[in-house]
Amino acid sequence: MTDQLIIAGTPLKSRLFVGTARYPNQRVMLDALAASGCELVTVSIRRISLDGYSGSLVDLLDGYRLLPNTAGCVTARDAILTAELAREALETNWVKLELIGDRELLYPDVEQLVHAADELVRKGFVVLPYCNEDPVACQKLADVGCAAVMPLGSLIGSGMGIANPAAIEMICSRSPVPVVLDAGIGTASDAAQAMELGCEAVLVDTAIAKSHDPLKMAAAMRAGVEAGRLARLAGRIPKQRFAEPSSPQLGLVGS
Amino acid sequence: MTRLKVNGVEEEVAVATVTELLAKRGIDPKVRFLAVAINGNVVRRADWPATAVAAGDNIEIVRPLQGG
Repeated sequence: MTDQLIIAGTPLKSRLFVGTARYPNQRVMLDALAASGCELVTVSIRRISLDGYSGSLVDLLDGYRLLPNTAGCVTARDAILTAELAREALETNWVKLELIGDRELLYPDVEQLVHAADELVRKGFVVLPYCNEDPVACQKLADVGCAAVMPLGSLIGSGMGIANPAAIEMICSRSPVPVVLDAGIGTASDAAQAMELGCEAVLVDTAIAKSHDPLKMAAAMRAGVEAGRLARLAGRIPKQRFAEPSSPQLGLVGS
Repeated sequence: MTRLKVNGVEEEVAVATVTELLAKRGIDPKVRFLAVAINGNVVRRADWPATAVAAGDNIEIVRPLQGG
């Protein structure tokens, strides 16, 4: 049985993407990544500090596929340059495109996002945009050639789960490209829910890194994603308002 | 001396090329996972030794860090 996630023609062995930020230390991060079973991990691109260059996170991430982000960018121009710098630094044309419209809410700026996505696709990038849970925005991003869309479940780092499951389900049912639930996951059941709603993958960072035991939570997320995916493929029963006995009605004792 | 803006900070340095600028800042140009842009355009690693920096250039020197 094969149930492989494919993005931009590339098969990925795990439907769980994991961030590399906010862990207590690098050892815990590496152990949590291993426990998660992920293949794709996100990194940021930042100016080197004034006192020079001291070692690299990336040296530690050998064996993982890197997905650089444009986190914090508020203009299409800065996001495009960040993506181009990431391509040069990491020799990957994949980018998690983030364009922030509000520094407190970290909500996407859809207008800038579509513009930047369009230009990056033209420049040969595989663009995975962090976007609103809005079917129209997701359609526009797919239309300009994004390889996937990554709607937020709720605000970045909030752990509030999937605030609008109906919208996520709607996006999944209509999207011509894979849908990756990005942002807001708080615990493993949120990841399972995303998969049950039809998402092809889930991206988690804070919920693992800031949990009491990141290794256990990484394993829980892995199990949650797998459970949710299996449930999705199995096809859940419809909800109904009344009970339906599961044991046979004939041959009841004493009747 | 050349007046440059490097990673958002203006400074005067006596360098002529990207490679010299990196060296001046104690960065080994052979170290992996670095990227450089001048005035919004990425300069490929192979071009660092031959690419001149000029007064007023806005230079970004970046590397990957933890991210979500």
